[in-house]
Amino acid sequence: MTLEQQLPALQVILPLFGALICALMRRGSLAWGIALGVSFAMPVISGVLLAEVLSNGPISYHLGGWAPPWGIEYRVDTLGAYLLMLISAIGALIMPYARASVAREISADKQAWFYTMYLLCLTGLLGIAITGDAFNIFVFLEVSSLSTYVLIAMGKDRRALLSAYQYLIMGTIGATFYVIGIGLLYSVTGTLNLVDLTARISEIGPSRPVLAALAFLEVGISLKLALFPLHVWLPNAYAYAPSVVTAFLAATATKVAVYLYLRFLFSVFGVSVVFKGLPVPEILLALSIAAMFGASLVAVFQDNIKRMLAYSSVAQIGYITLGIGLANKMGLTGGVVHLINHAMMKGALFMAIGAVVYRVGSARLEDFAGIGRRMPLTMAVFTLGGLSIIGTPGTVGFVSKWYLAVGALDKGWWWLMFLLVASSLVSVVYIGRVVEVIWFRPLLHTGTTVREVPLAMLVPMLLLATATIYFGIDTTLTAGIAGRAVDMLLAGLS
Amino acid sequence: MTQDAAIIAALLIPLAGAVLIVLSHRHPNVRETVTLVTGGALFLTVASLVSDVFAGASPEAGGFVIAPGLEITFRLEPLGMLFALVASGLWLVNSIYSIGYMRGNKEHRQTMFYACFAVAIGATMGVAFSANLVTLFLFYEVLTLSTYPLVTHKATEEAVRGGRIYLMILLGTSMVLLLPAIIWTYVLAGTTTFAAGGILAGKADGILVAILLALFAFGIGKAAIMPFHRWLPAAMVAPTPVSAFLHAVAVVKAGVFSVMKIVIYIFGIDLLATTGQGTWLLYVAAATILIASIVAMTRDNLKARLAYSTVSQLSYVVLGAALANTLGILGGSMHIAMHAVGKITLFFCAGAIYTAAHKTKVSELAGLGRKMPFTFAAFAVGAISIIGLPPMGGTWSKWYLALGAMEADQFILVVVLMISSLLNIAYLLPIPFRAFFVRPGGDDAAGGIAEAPLACLIAIGITATACVLLFFFADALYNLLQLMKLR
Amino acid sequence: MAVFSEIVSHYNHWITIFLMVSGLYIVVARGNMVKKLVGLSLFQTSVYLLYLSPGKILGGTPPILDPNFAVYSNPLPHVLMLTAIVVGVATLALGLALVVRINEEYGTIEEDEIFPVKDDE
Repeated sequence: MTLEQQLPALQVILPLFGALICALMRRGSLAWGIALGVSFAMPVISGVLLAEVLSNGPISYHLGGWAPPWGIEYRVDTLGAYLLMLISAIGALIMPYARASVAREISADKQAWFYTMYLLCLTGLLGIAITGDAFNIFVFLEVSSLSTYVLIAMGKDRRALLSAYQYLIMGTIGATFYVIGIGLLYSVTGTLNLVDLTARISEIGPSRPVLAALAFLEVGISLKLALFPLHVWLPNAYAYAPSVVTAFLAATATKVAVYLYLRFLFSVFGVSVVFKGLPVPEILLALSIAAMFGASLVAVFQDNIKRMLAYSSVAQIGYITLGIGLANKMGLTGGVVHLINHAMMKGALFMAIGAVVYRVGSARLEDFAGIGRRMPLTMAVFTLGGLSIIGTPGTVGFVSKWYLAVGALDKGWWWLMFLLVASSLVSVVYIGRVVEVIWFRPLLHTGTTVREVPLAMLVPMLLLATATIYFGIDTTLTAGIAGRAVDMLLAGLS
Repeated sequence: MTQDAAIIAALLIPLAGAVLIVLSHRHPNVRETVTLVTGGALFLTVASLVSDVFAGASPEAGGFVIAPGLEITFRLEPLGMLFALVASGLWLVNSIYSIGYMRGNKEHRQTMFYACFAVAIGATMGVAFSANLVTLFLFYEVLTLSTYPLVTHKATEEAVRGGRIYLMILLGTSMVLLLPAIIWTYVLAGTTTFAAGGILAGKADGILVAILLALFAFGIGKAAIMPFHRWLPAAMVAPTPVSAFLHAVAVVKAGVFSVMKIVIYIFGIDLLATTGQGTWLLYVAAATILIASIVAMTRDNLKARLAYSTVSQLSYVVLGAALANTLGILGGSMHIAMHAVGKITLFFCAGAIYTAAHKTKVSELAGLGRKMPFTFAAFAVGAISIIGLPPMGGTWSKWYLALGAMEADQFILVVVLMISSLLNIAYLLPIPFRAFFVRPGGDDAAGGIAEAPLACLIAIGITATACVLLFFFADALYNLLQLMKLR
Repeated sequence: MAVFSEIVSHYNHWITIFLMVSGLYIVVARGNMVKKLVGLSLFQTSVYLLYLSPGKILGGTPPILDPNFAVYSNPLPHVLMLTAIVVGVATLALGLALVVRINEEYGTIEEDEIFPVKDDE
C-alpha cells in the first residue's frame, strides 16, 4: 500500500486529526500553525488526485478494505476532484490571512477552538466531495454544518449567536430532509452506495417512493445551497460571522451543496427521470430568476457591506442553478465553472472587507468612506472582485455569463438571456455604490492605524484577485475541466 | 518590426507607459516625459503599419482562445488603421495640451490622470485592431472603465453624479443591449469574426436583422444615438483634456467606429441594402442630428454646447453607415477623422478659455478675442471645419455623405445635412464673432487675461493646422478607405 | 374494508409522519428557542423510526449465527440510526449551548422579544 493509494483517505483524515491536535492546544498561534500545515497539505493531495483522475479516470478507494456496495467507498471522479481542488485551494489561501484576522476578532482563549472547528469544517466539506456513500455524505454534511454553526457563533456581534441558531434550525431541517430522502431510497433499493443506487434506480424507474425521495433530497440540499426561497439563513450568517469564516464559507459551503445537487440530480436519479419527466427544470429556472433579481435588488439597499455581498452570493447561486436548470452543454458548463469562479470572486471580496474590518472595526458602508486612499491595494482587490461580479469581460464573471447566455440561446430562450444580463445591471448599482463611497467620499476614519493590512493578509487577497483576471483569460483549468465534468454528467441525457 | 509584433506593441506600449507613469509619481517632469514618449512611440508604431495596409495586407495577431466563441484576435484593416492613426496622433497632441492644462489649473492627483489616460488609449487601440466582436467588446468595456476615473477626476459631488450617469448609461447599454447582440450573432453565425461581406447573410433575415441592428446601434452607447446620449453632456464635469479625449479622440470615435465596423463586417452592406432593414436607423440618426443641434443652440455653457454638437456630429457617421452604400460608408468613415480634428480644436480652445480667463459660458465671452486672438482664431478654424465649409477638412466628409444620400434616393437626408450645417453655423459661429467683434461688458477685469499656457497653444496650433491640411490632403484618407473590402 | 386495513397496517409510517409533522410544526409555531429545539429533536426522532421500522422483518430475529435462526431483521438501519442519534444529540447540545449564550446576551429566549431589539448595524 503506497502513500499515493491512501490519498483519498488522507484527504479527510489529515484535517480530522489536525482538528483533534488543535483542540489540545492552548495558544492560538500554535493551533494556527497546525491548521496552516494541514491546509497547505490539502491542495497537494487534491492536486495529485485531480491529475490522476484527469489521466486515468475515476478513483475508487475502499475504506477499511471492504468492497462496495457493502463497504463505504470513496469515489473521486472529475467533478469531485474539481471540487476537492477548489475547497483545498481556498482553505490554503485563507490560512495565512486568518492569523491576524482571527487574532483581532476572536478572544485569545477561544482561538485554538476556532482552528479546531475550522479544520473540522474542512474535513466535512472535503468528505462530502470525496465519498461515494449516501449516508456517509450525511455524516460529513453534519460534521461540516455543526462546525459551521460554532464558527459563525464566534463572531463579535451578539447577533452572531442568533444567526448561528437560525442556521442551526434550518440547516438541521435540511440535513434531516436529506436523511429522509436517503431513507426512502434505501427502503426501495437496499443500498447506500451512490453507484449502486444509480443502477438500481434506473431499474425501478420513477416510482412514487423514488419521486418522494427526490423531492426530499432536493429540498434538503436546496436549503444548504441557499436557493431562493430557502436562503434566509445566509445573509445573517455571513454578516455576523468572523471575517475569515465568511470568506471561507462564501467560497466553499454552498458550492459543496451544489455538488451534491449535481451528483443526485444527474448521476443518481439520472437525467432522463429528473429532466424529462418532471418539471424540475422549470422550477429551477423560476427560482433562479427570482434569486438573481430579488437578491440583487435587496443587496442594493443594504448598509452593511457584508450583508450586501451575502445577498449578492444568493443571486450568484441563482446563476449556478440557472445553469443546472438549462441542462445543456453550454449552460451546465456555465453553472459548474461558476462554482469556481464565484468562489474566487467572493473569497477575494470578503477577504478585502475583512481587511477593512481588521483596521476599522466595522463593515458598515459609511465607515468605508474614503478608505481607498489609505488602503489602496485592498480596495483594488475589492474593485476587481466587483468588476467580476458585474461580468466585465476579461474577468471570470464574464466567462460564466457567456456560457450561461449561450446556453440559454441554444435552447432558444432569448428572453432568459436578456434577464441574465439585466440582473448583472443591478449588480452594477450595488457595486458602484460601494466604489463611489470608498474612492470619492472624504475619509471618515483618519486614525493612523488605518493603513494597509499586514502582508500575510494582503498576499492571499491579491492572489485571488489576480486569479479572477487570470482565469478570466486562460480558462483551460476552470472551464476546461468543468466541460469534462459536464460531459460525464450529461451522458445520461438522450 | 514585423507587422503582428507592431500590433501587439501598439497595445503594450500604453500599458507600459501607464506603469512607468505610476512609478514616476514623485517626479512630475519625468512623468510628463514618459507620457510624451509613450505617445510618440505609439504614434510611430501605428504609423509604421500604414504602408502595409496600403499594400493591401491585413496583418493579424493574437488568436488567444478563452472559451468556445470567446477569442481575442487582432487584425488590421483600413478603417481600423484610420481610427488608430487618428487616435494615437491626437493622443500625443492631447498629452501636450494636458500638461499645459493640468499645470495651469494646478489639478490634483495628476499621476492617476495620466495613468488612466494611457490605459484608455491602449483600450482604444484594442478596439481599433479587433478582429472579432468579442475582442471589440472586451476593449470597449475596458475603455468605459478606464475613463470613469477620468470623468470623476475632480471628485466633487457634481463629478460623482456625472460619473454615475456616464457609467450607468454606458455599462447599461453595453451589458443589456450590446452583449446580447453579440451572443445572438455568435449563436446565429457560429462565429463573431469580422469578415468582408458580413457574417449574417443567410443566417438572419427579416425582422431579426432589424432587431439585431437595433441592439447593436443602441447597445453601442458610445455612439450617443438618441435617446442614449445623456452620458455625453453629463461627462462635461471632467477636466477639458478628458472632454477633448472623449469627444474627439477615443470614446465617441470608438462608438461610431464600432457601429461602422459592425455594419460593414457583420451585417454586410449588401444585406442591409437589399433587405432595407436598416432604413429606420437613417431616420433615427437624422433625428439625432437635428435635435442635438437644436439643443446645442440653447446651451449657454460652452462645453455643454460642444457636447451636444458632438452628439449631432456622431450621427453623421451613423448616417453614413446606415446608408449602406460605398459613398455613405466613405463619407462616414472620413468624418471620423474630420470631426475628431475639428472638435478637439474646439475643446482645446474651451479649455484654454477656462484656464486663462476662467470663463465657461458663451455669454461671457464678449470681447475676449482681443486678449486671446490665437485661441479664438483657432476656434473659428475648427468651427468652420465642423460646419463643413472649405477650406477645412470637414467639407469632404459632408460632401461624400450627401453624395451617398443621393445615391440611396434619400433626398430628405440631403436636406437634413443642409439644415444641420445651418444649425451648426447658428451655434458655433457666434462664439468667435462675439469674441472679436462685440465690445466687452463693463464688469470684466481689464488686465490679467492673457493667452493660455504655451503647451496648450502648441496643441491648439497643431490641430487647427491639421483642419486646414486635411482639406488639401483628404485624398490620402480617401485612398486608404477605398481599400476596405466592402463585399 | 380492504382499503382500511391497508391503511392501518402501515401504522409505523403513520406514526413517523405524525412525529415528523408535529416536530416541524413546533419548530415553526413556537417562539421559545428551547421549544424549537425540542421540536427539532422530535422531527429527528421520526427519522429514526423511518429507518428502523421497515428494517424489522415479521418473524425475523437479530442476526445471530445459529442454525435455529434463518430469517434476520436488517441490522444496518440500526447502525445508521446510531450515527443519526449521535448527530442529533450533538445538534441538540450545540443548540442548547447557543440558547444559554443568547440568554446571557439578550436576557430572554423568546424570539418575539429578541427580534424587535435593533442593534447598531
